[in-house]
Amino acid sequence: MLKPALPPMLGVLARPVRETAHRKPIATALTLLALGSLLLWRLFPPGLVMILGAALIPFVTAETRRALVLGLPILTLVLVWLVPADASLSIGFLDARLAPVHATAEGRLFATVFAIMAFAGGLYGLGQARPLEVTATLLYAGSAIGVTFAGDLLTLFIYWELMALGSTTIIFAAGTARARGASLRYLLVHLLGGVVLMAGIVGHLVETGSLALTPLGTDSWPAILILIGFLVNAGAPPLSAWIPDAYPEATPSGMVVLSAFTTKTAVFALLMVFPGTEILIWIGLYMVFYGIIYALLENDMRRILAYSIVNQVGFMVCAIGIGTELALNGAAAHAFAHIIYKALLLMSAGGVLLMTGKRKCTDLGGLFQSMPITAMHGIVGALAISAFPLTSGFVTKSLETSAAADEGLLIVWLLLLAASAGVFLHAGIKFPWFVFFQRDSGLRPAEPPQTMRAAMWLLSGLCILIGVFPGLLYAILPYPVTYRPYTFEHVMTQLQLLLFAGFAFFVMLDQMKRTLTISLDLDWFYRRSFHALGLRLADRVASAHARLEGRARAATARLIDALAAHNGPQGALARTRPTGSMVLWVAIMLGASLLLYIR
Amino acid sequence: MAEQIHWLYRKENRPKLWAIQITILALTLLPGLFIQVHHHFPAERFSLDTSPGFFAWFGFISCAWMVALAKFLGRFIKRDDTYYDA
Repeated sequence: MLKPALPPMLGVLARPVRETAHRKPIATALTLLALGSLLLWRLFPPGLVMILGAALIPFVTAETRRALVLGLPILTLVLVWLVPADASLSIGFLDARLAPVHATAEGRLFATVFAIMAFAGGLYGLGQARPLEVTATLLYAGSAIGVTFAGDLLTLFIYWELMALGSTTIIFAAGTARARGASLRYLLVHLLGGVVLMAGIVGHLVETGSLALTPLGTDSWPAILILIGFLVNAGAPPLSAWIPDAYPEATPSGMVVLSAFTTKTAVFALLMVFPGTEILIWIGLYMVFYGIIYALLENDMRRILAYSIVNQVGFMVCAIGIGTELALNGAAAHAFAHIIYKALLLMSAGGVLLMTGKRKCTDLGGLFQSMPITAMHGIVGALAISAFPLTSGFVTKSLETSAAADEGLLIVWLLLLAASAGVFLHAGIKFPWFVFFQRDSGLRPAEPPQTMRAAMWLLSGLCILIGVFPGLLYAILPYPVTYRPYTFEHVMTQLQLLLFAGFAFFVMLDQMKRTLTISLDLDWFYRRSFHALGLRLADRVASAHARLEGRARAATARLIDALAAHNGPQGALARTRPTGSMVLWVAIMLGASLLLYIR
Repeated sequence: MAEQIHWLYRKENRPKLWAIQITILALTLLPGLFIQVHHHFPAERFSLDTSPGFFAWFGFISCAWMVALAKFLGRFIKRDDTYYDA
């Protein structure tokens, strides 16, 4: 079952994009879009640029498509920063007011990194991604940016569902049977989340008469439903398994894009609507350790990184639960940095997948010899996710742990500290070690194509730029920052924590031997248990049907037999009588009537 | 032409690699003896975090614990990777 999945997919991926020399349509399309949106710039929703652009993709030449893929995210980024800080466009819809362009510091921060990712993901997929995937990517990224500018719950919901469609299509576009199955399971989870969210929004509207996107408590049912709807997209328990189930089935460029938007828009929504909700601290901590444990058990390199998404989002969810200004800054900054380094890690893994066609750690190893550039970018991403000094993780994750310490949450702080060590263990060292080092697998693949390398350079550069000049990121955080990440003490304690975690990795290397296994998760219930129940139900229904059918057939047969007995050739009612007996009967009747008359 | 084995994979270099690692670990521990880490929890009467090397052993032990936990859970939840394909 596994075997035929990869090679055909790679064949499709490697199909060269047809080149044509029409430059005119690019210019026209871009100018029209630019002019149209810039003329209305106070009112134009930045997310719509890519959503409308996505509609053009199937109809343009390959050249124009490349221009749109790279140009639209840049145009969006410009628009994101042109929206005035106090902008709020209000439209009447039925009895409610909608605010499709509502500027907030948090929204602008997330929209900025989303636009950067749409550009980097587009660059990475140039010449690799099929038009269907490109279209879906633009729709997906545009809708994510739409969410960040939503000033009301209904607008948020509409973009939220568009994202589900876009992301499902990206997974589907990989074209393998496994990807089709995974995309359907993914869609089902997100439709479920969407229904719960919509129920919450409607309930909230009925209860309060308002759709405004403002902080809610968790003291009413509609608010709880909204919280659940958000958490489904964040990969919170019990529905975490959709991330490692679905994302790694996408193409290399597909998974890079997928890692950035869905979970992080959920972080954005939680940040705006549920800051300081205490339950989120514990949900976040669960996610943090869930991600580590499952990633430690995993063998597929991109599934390791998918579990690591849950782990990282757990840090953010926990910080949102703490809810102080420092913590919320930390969640936002960590999301920003995480999107970039996780995409970088996945680009590195995607390059390996594209060039070797292999995805399991048991098949890989020693690749640093022939893919030094890819390995280096993978290591930069790994150092950043582990929060090594001079990388973006160091200056962002520490905001969250400090917030826990400032609030006197000792247990939370100790757990976050252990988890920080665990991040180095499960992603920071496990991923590069098993893919690029460990034993020599004998594979000597070449480096991935130039566009892929360019995208990796871009994101590596950003990881280090933010790590070296944290002020650039701190300046656009929602609240003023007084925190200083680079103190001698902080650098020393962080290095101790991480390097000894690494030491533990090598000491326990024998315990971490990769096996050809997957780990059961709660998705077992809907993939196996419910499936088995469904099969059993189908069996029962089929046998009941067969029994009923048998009875009906028997009854019909009896009816037919009875009819045949009376009306058939031998039936009493159909018997032919000899003429003689007729004459006899006539004679008898005549005699009888004579007798009657005589009397 | 047989490719030469990369020096990282040569058996004779193993001890050197371990030695380098242990030297680096020792170097990160060293400054802790001379500088005082600030109290993260002054109000909670928790002062373990100010002792030298706290972050080092805490990192090591929590990782060892997580590997052990994963190994233990793996006994129950690991399946062949073709489990869902059947």
